Amino acid sequence: MVENRPVLVFLRHAVLLAGVACVAFPLWVTFVASTLTLEQILTVPMPLVPGDQFWANYSQVLTAGSTRGAAAPVGQMMANSLVMALAIALGKIAISLVSAFAIVYFRFPLRNFFFWMIFVTLMLPVEVRIIPTFKVVSDLGILNSYLGLTLPLIASATATFLFRQFFMTIPDELAEAARIDGAGPMRFFWDVVVPLSKTSMAALFVIQFIYGWNQYLWPLLITTDESMYTVVIGIKRMIVGGDALTEWNLVMATAMLALLPPAAVVILMQKWFVKGLVETEK
Amino acid sequence: MEKRVVFRSSWLPYLLVAPQIAITVVFFFWPAFQAIHWSFLIQDAFGNSSQFVWFQNFQDLIRDEAYLDSFKVTAVFSTLVTFIGLAVALVLAVAADKVIKGAMAYKTLLIWPYAVASAVAGVLFAFLFAPSVGIVSFALRAMGVDWNWVLRGDQAMLLVVIASVWKQISYNFLFFLAGLQSIPKSLIEAAAIDGATPVRRFWTIVFPLLSPTTFFLLVVNIVHAFFDTFGVIDATTQGGPAGATQILVYKVYYDGVKAADLGSSSAQSVILMVIVIALTVVQFRFIERKVQY
Repeated sequence: MVENRPVLVFLRHAVLLAGVACVAFPLWVTFVASTLTLEQILTVPMPLVPGDQFWANYSQVLTAGSTRGAAAPVGQMMANSLVMALAIALGKIAISLVSAFAIVYFRFPLRNFFFWMIFVTLMLPVEVRIIPTFKVVSDLGILNSYLGLTLPLIASATATFLFRQFFMTIPDELAEAARIDGAGPMRFFWDVVVPLSKTSMAALFVIQFIYGWNQYLWPLLITTDESMYTVVIGIKRMIVGGDALTEWNLVMATAMLALLPPAAVVILMQKWFVKGLVETEK
Repeated sequence: MEKRVVFRSSWLPYLLVAPQIAITVVFFFWPAFQAIHWSFLIQDAFGNSSQFVWFQNFQDLIRDEAYLDSFKVTAVFSTLVTFIGLAVALVLAVAADKVIKGAMAYKTLLIWPYAVASAVAGVLFAFLFAPSVGIVSFALRAMGVDWNWVLRGDQAMLLVVIASVWKQISYNFLFFLAGLQSIPKSLIEAAAIDGATPVRRFWTIVFPLLSPTTFFLLVVNIVHAFFDTFGVIDATTQGGPAGATQILVYKVYYDGVKAADLGSSSAQSVILMVIVIALTVVQFRFIERKVQY
């Protein structure tokens, strides 16, 4: 601190506390609503202290789902979300790692062409090409499958760039030494490049896990079978329209279940998260 | 940038790039070309036959009131989300920058909304602001506000803006905080010795030095407001009432999936692609410029 101004210090804490309160208020109301009965929520204004329906609501949604909207158990949806998030995160890391390795450590015809092909995908978010992509997936016969949920989202220019950027910082002496010792490119890849990339992989994993878990439009399009719903889709399907008709206590319990895993990843792996965020965007 | 030491193989590099290139071609290039192709076609109602019509879909769009409205809605929405999101995050980051006690706790408590899916954020806010049961609606009514976003377009817009800003603040906050912490302390101390007040120091030193971060966030936030907010809109207003929150991406989805108007939806996709490409070019030119600093 340049100078000591107690008023300023107080102001800073006041602003931060107000910010934290605004950010946390929706979460608190969601949590409280997930522990009440529907009748308690419908008495306006609803109470702002937790009720005693925690186990009843959560076990209801995990094993059976809502009674008025989609009736699929949220437990199954959580499993689907987990598979999707893991497959997207690990798949992206795997294919980006090998393609970045090829682009950095080999000279071959079409190298720049491939690089630009990957680069251009940055400019085509799923949202702008939903219908033709849907048609491709439907022609391949992988609607309502984990393959269809994950494969189209696995190609990632950002991950390839991140690894390319990182590989450029690996000293040339390591590759030279490996060559002198008679190691081939794949031996070098497994014994030198992969161990050195662990930090980047962890950072990327956090970001891509959240990206995969939170996908909405794509699963909404290609999953029509309730057993393939992800939890984010499941919540939406529980809202039946009309404030008083929706079982808000169950919807809010599902919302808590949907946001806890990625929030836990962000908070527990905060260091990797910040690193991943800053590196994938630059 | 090129590596001096490389490996030699006539087939290995192709094998290594193959998975990524295959997925890119099948799920990116082929659909993008299809979108461009379809944007020149008009299909009959049953999808049995189609006719090549050159730019008619685009001409129809330009004359379509609903499409022009959607452009306006998108402009208003993304401007509000971007500016409110950046302003709130900047205030929080400036407050957090020099805090010593509890800095880590504040940071943790402010960044977790990044992990919340747009659609889930939408559901949370739809509940808080639900016209009959929502607790915030109750408070608003107690203050004499006639709150019903299901019927009133301006309130529906406010709702989706609040939900989108809430979700985006954590991201902006992290980048602003990193930007603030990279500003040399000596500059600020020198100004303080010269007698500049904290407010004046902020506007003449901190804010200008933060401009690269601000510009970067500006582009990222516009892209976010254009595309990532689909979940917020679908979980709350679904474009309504009467198109008041129908942003361009939502209209592509609605016309293509719900109304099954492939030609028009594809033409809209192509227009959106042009917008994304323009934004990406702006972003990269900026990054190049920043490297020379």
